[in-house]
Formats: sequence, C-alpha cells, structure tokens
Amino acid sequence: MNATGVGQIVKVALSLIVFALLWQAACYVFSVPTFLVPAPSDILLRLFEKGGLYLTHTWVTFYETLLGFAFAVLGGCLAAAVIVVVPALRDVIMPLLLIAQIVPKVAIAPILLIWFGYGLAPKVLIAFLIAFFPVVVNTTQGLISVEQELLELGQSLKATRWQIFWKFRVPTALPNLFSGMKIAITLAVIGAVIGEFVGGNRGLGYLIIIANQELDTPLAFAAILVLSVGGIILFWMIEIAERYLVPWSSTGDANIEMARQ
Amino acid sequence: MSSPKPAIEVADLCKTYVVRGAATAALDRLSFSVAPQEFVSLLGPSGCGKTTVLKIIAGLTAPTEGIVKLEGHTVLGPRADVGMVFQTPALMRWRTAIENVLLPAEILSLDLRKFRGRAKDLLDLVGLSDFINKLPNQLSGGMQQRVSIARALVHDPSILLLDEPFSALDAMTRNQLNVELLRIWSERKKTSLLITHSIPEAVFLSDRVVVLTARPAKVMDIVEITLPRPRTPDMRVSPTFINLVDRLGRLIGLEFA
Repeated sequence: MNATGVGQIVKVALSLIVFALLWQAACYVFSVPTFLVPAPSDILLRLFEKGGLYLTHTWVTFYETLLGFAFAVLGGCLAAAVIVVVPALRDVIMPLLLIAQIVPKVAIAPILLIWFGYGLAPKVLIAFLIAFFPVVVNTTQGLISVEQELLELGQSLKATRWQIFWKFRVPTALPNLFSGMKIAITLAVIGAVIGEFVGGNRGLGYLIIIANQELDTPLAFAAILVLSVGGIILFWMIEIAERYLVPWSSTGDANIEMARQ
Repeated sequence: MSSPKPAIEVADLCKTYVVRGAATAALDRLSFSVAPQEFVSLLGPSGCGKTTVLKIIAGLTAPTEGIVKLEGHTVLGPRADVGMVFQTPALMRWRTAIENVLLPAEILSLDLRKFRGRAKDLLDLVGLSDFINKLPNQLSGGMQQRVSIARALVHDPSILLLDEPFSALDAMTRNQLNVELLRIWSERKKTSLLITHSIPEAVFLSDRVVVLTARPAKVMDIVEITLPRPRTPDMRVSPTFINLVDRLGRLIGLEFA
C-alpha cells in the first residue's frame, strides 16, 4: 500500500465519521423517533446486542451470494468462450441472454420459489441470473479485443485456433473479466437479498423483513449496514485479486505510474 | 543484383476489393523482386496499398491475380520462415520483453530452453539487455518497437517484412532506430522488405527503392541506391544521399501534381 492509497482511505473514513456525527446530531436536535430514523448509536447498539444473530444470517446471505457469483463467473466465461469460438452460435445465444437480462428478476423470484422451494436453490439462482450478464458481456468484449496486428502475427506463424484462444484471447480478456466480476459481485448480493425477501427464514434479507414487521428499525438498519460492509469487502477482494493477477490492466498502469512518482 | 533465384518474387499482382458491390482496385499488376540478403523498400503515398502487398507476401491475404514466390515457392498461405514487424509494436501487455520475443518460438513449438539464450542475444542486439524482464507498459514506444524487431528475428526467418515500423515514433527515435536496423541487417543479413513513406528512411536503409503510385498502386520506378556500404549516419548529408532523396521526392511529387 502506497502513501496515496493510505491518504485515500483516511479521507473516506473521515467523511463517513463526519456523516455519522451529523446524522447523530440531527436525530438528537430534532428528536426523531427511533422507529422512523434511528441514530447511528441506536444502530450500533442493536448490532452489538445481537452479534450472534447477525453472524448466522450474514453467513447465509453471503454463502448464497458467493455461490451465485461463482456460477455466474463460470457460466459467463463458458458462454463468452462459446460466443467467440463459434461465431455462428452468437446470434442464437445473444438474444436469449438479452431476454434473460431484461426480465425483471424481482418479478420472477416468486415463480422460482414455487419451482425450487424455500431453501438455498432459488436464492443462488436469482443471484446467478442477475450477476451472469455483466460477466458474459465484458468477457466476450475482452476475448474479441485482441489487437489486429497481434492476430496477424499469430496467423503469420500459423498459430492453431487453440493457441490463438489460450495465448492471445484469454490473457487479453482477463482485465475485462475482472471488470465484469466487480459488477457481478455487487449484483449477486442484491440477488440473494431479493430471494430472501420473497421467501425464506434465514439471511439478512429475511432479517430486514422481520425487523420491518416489528417496527424494529434499528435492527433493519443494522442488517443493511452489515450487508453493505460485506458487499464492499467482497468487491475489494476482487480488486486486490485483480491487482495481483492482472498487473498490466488499466488499474495496473495507474499503479506503475504511482510507483514512478 | 541479378541473382538467379530471387528471395521474393512478385509478378503481376492485382488486388481488388469489393465493397458494397463496387470493386476498388488496390494493386494494379505489381511486379518486382528482392534478391537474397537484399534490402528493398516499397515507397509510396499513404493509403496506396503498400500494406496489402506485404500481407499478400506474408500469405495473410490472397491476391486477386498474380503470384508471389518466396525462395522459388509460390505463396499459398503463411510461412514460418518470415519475420514480421508492424506499425504498432503489437506486444502482449501481460508478457515481459523476453517472453514477447519468445512468442514465435512458442507458437512454432520450438525448444524454449534453447531459444531463451537466443532471445537474450537478440534483446542485447537491439540494446535492451537491461530491460528483458520489463512489461511493455514500462518501456518507451521506441523500446517496444525494438522488442518487436527482436521478436521478428527469434525463429531465424530468412525474410524480414517491415510494415512502416517507425512511422508512429518521433523523428529522433526514428533516426536512431534506422541506424540500429541497419546494424542489425548488416549483422544478420536477412532479406528485408520495408514499407515506408519516408524518403530519407528508404534511401538510408535500402539497396533499391520500389516507388509506387497512388491507388491503385503500380510500380512507377525502381531506383538503385548507390550509397556505399557500410552506411553511417553522416552519409545523410552527403551529395549522393541528397540527390537520391531529391530524385525520389520528384518522382512521388510528380504523381501528386
């Protein structure tokens, strides 16, 4: 971590603290009822009172998220590879993908529940469905964006299709895959929560629904806080992986630039 | 230069592109030849189809009519004994300089352990011995183009095809790389065909210059470069050099008039 990165983190932390303090002050000055808008202190209190409860529900939600995300990445890469390697299938797959993307996942969630029950499967499926598209689109874009002259070099050396795919296309697509994965992970969290909203008895989404029914707004806010922090941590993990696995990508360039200064 | 068997022989080459039903001629009965170990430049205005000629010679595109022979064999597809240098360095951003240089050996399934030493020698030859483990984005544009020259030589091709390799570089780097290319050529003696629209570059490097007309490209003239070898940078101000540049300039200028 370099000095610029540390400075960035300090700035973000400071602005968050200032925001929380203003919020706290506003709740106190205007005596806002806790069930309407709880003060940050109420939320934190609730969070620590029920630590164990959050751990269980957090684990459930992020388990669903990661499973859906993993399937989205695997399926997305596979679909992108098929689209690029067999261009004839492109016109078949793309419209299907677009339809699957356009159908609102919130609308089909209840149907998926009827089909797959109230367990893990429908949540993972919704997370998968919602996270799949950005992976396919970005990875396909990456696989086809090999420099024309580099492809000609390959052709002039009589490279096989296999070599062109693995040595030329796949490494070119890695930065795009990571862009897709960063979008996908945030969407997968949303997908899992939607699944829990519609039906279930576990997970942070379920916790939010229960809290709302009981007008326990601090509990709902605390669940949202955990959800957001968890989502951000997952996003960061992908970013860190990207920095190590594709140091040549655009973010990698920025790192080299920073190191030079 | 009347060798019995030319290294590159181009005979009556025509290329016509059909775009939305309308045929456009890019090349019009182009003929010339390059002797073994000779350095020939194709000089012509931008967009006259020079790159098309190179692609046909490399076997990447088929001609509409005419024939290309490399060392007596008709070109029907790509051949591994040709090295190519492009306008852009076209390096793999995820590979270090030496891994980029080794790419042709890798594609041709050659013994990489043996070629590693050779790749190092070549990076040494292009003056990058201190940069063998750098990624392309850590190298300057001129350095990247040097890597791509080393890459074109790694599988020891007998023919080197250069498609305006220095046109994206600044004038100073360009002159410097011209001198280096000259040195590399005199050390390795590859049959070389350079595409350029820089007259001084063509004169400085070549044994002969094939002057092409604007689209559709025809051979306007073939000019023998009478500068003695080995050539040195100070020859750029010699009367012979200036006369040749002037003569070629008039040839190309005439076409535009």
